[in-house]
Amino acid sequence: MQNLTLLDGPKFQITIQRLCRQLIENHNDFSNAILIGIQPRGIYLARRVAEELRLILNKPILQGDLDITFYRDDFRRREGPLVPNQTKIDFIIEGKNVIMMDDVLWTGRTIRAAMDAMLAFGRPAKVELLTLVDRRYSRHIPVTADYTGIEVDSIASQKVVVSWKETDGEDKIVLLSELSEPEFTEFKN
Amino acid sequence: MGLSTRHLLGIKDLNRNDIELIFSTADTFKDVINRPIKKVPSLRDVTIANVFFENSTRTRLSFELAERRLSADTLNFAASSSSVSKGETLIDTVNNILAMKVDMVVMRHPYAGAGIFLSKHVKAQIVNAGDGAHEHPTQALLDAFSIREKLGDVAGKKVVIVGDILHSRVALSNILCLKQLGAEVMVCGPTTLIPKYIGSLGVKVEHDLKKALNWCDVANMLRIQLERQDIKYFPSLREYTMLYGLNKQILDNLDKEILVMHPGPINRGVEITSDVADSKQSIILDQVENGVAVRMAVLYLLAGQS
Repeated sequence: MQNLTLLDGPKFQITIQRLCRQLIENHNDFSNAILIGIQPRGIYLARRVAEELRLILNKPILQGDLDITFYRDDFRRREGPLVPNQTKIDFIIEGKNVIMMDDVLWTGRTIRAAMDAMLAFGRPAKVELLTLVDRRYSRHIPVTADYTGIEVDSIASQKVVVSWKETDGEDKIVLLSELSEPEFTEFKN
Repeated sequence: MGLSTRHLLGIKDLNRNDIELIFSTADTFKDVINRPIKKVPSLRDVTIANVFFENSTRTRLSFELAERRLSADTLNFAASSSSVSKGETLIDTVNNILAMKVDMVVMRHPYAGAGIFLSKHVKAQIVNAGDGAHEHPTQALLDAFSIREKLGDVAGKKVVIVGDILHSRVALSNILCLKQLGAEVMVCGPTTLIPKYIGSLGVKVEHDLKKALNWCDVANMLRIQLERQDIKYFPSLREYTMLYGLNKQILDNLDKEILVMHPGPINRGVEITSDVADSKQSIILDQVENGVAVRMAVLYLLAGQS
């Protein structure tokens, strides 16, 4: 197992702040925009961004949590059933500009499921996607983020793990590799 | 993480973790059925046959709605209008249905053990929607879920089940489920309608309704099942109502507020009067709403194992 730290410390927070500034460029005072974090790990990104925006704009930002368990396309293709998380969207999304957020964008299937799940709450005027990590060249479906923290080139056997101060004690993005010796040699060459 | 069983044949096959997993999943589905769009695509590739060899309104509708809310394809079969009336066996009937590529069978049957028998002979997953006087697991789950919703927890709560315990599959499943979750359970009814050795299930027995109601936090009033009674177990319905019927006066005379439940259908004026059934202490309609969420959870968790 090899760990490669992609982002941590002050740079992590700077990246969050940059994403917030980009959001403000497009959504001004957020009077018609809302943030939705995708369960389970996207909610921490959404909460952090909402808090940062509140400090910058000096007003509370509407933010919800969206569970996509029942909308996934891999149900009954796994070992057992997925246990759902909580959806908490206590505001109207009809006609709003929705910024969906997830920590890592990989195959795009989660985002596809999230689009389905979100439509159960109404028809937004516009939907954008913000992701902290974009694992490039790994899409299974045509999905692109509108706002990206960092981009990383990785292979399927690797894993990107985002840790949050609030839940894990520190802000950090790590690339985990489980490479066998021959594979690793080949990879180096 | 999933259920420890491939079928839902009875509460006795579930452990506490299973029940809690069903409840936490049902919490999410309760949220789903209260959204503007009350449907999720989870079971879009699953076909479920509702095979009812006995009359049912509430359970059948509840299962059907749960299946549709999960986007499953459904097949409805009623024995009265089927080849069963021409002499076809249970296995043949179900195998013919399964030949149409059905993944799951929700079955109600007048004979105890029909679901267990079927699970040994067919590949599909079986959900018991009531088998004779044996078990009705989803009813017990929704009853316990409703108690948990109203009182916060089932553990430590005192529940009395009143009425025809002898013929009631709801009573047996409820006793097993409530005991599993740490509730205290009492049964109350005429001596003739209380099984002799029911105490071995760890329940109290009381024949005086007022004493039972003073003891409990929740009263689950069972229907008198005249269709299952082969002999007379009490002199008359009128006498039964006088001794074991719940009315507003009895409720108001208690020194506490208890929850009143009923698995339905209600014989208004027999086991429960209209003013009690429609009172704020009654959670009968909550039970019906929770029934859909709990059945969605059961079907979802079972389908996820195949």
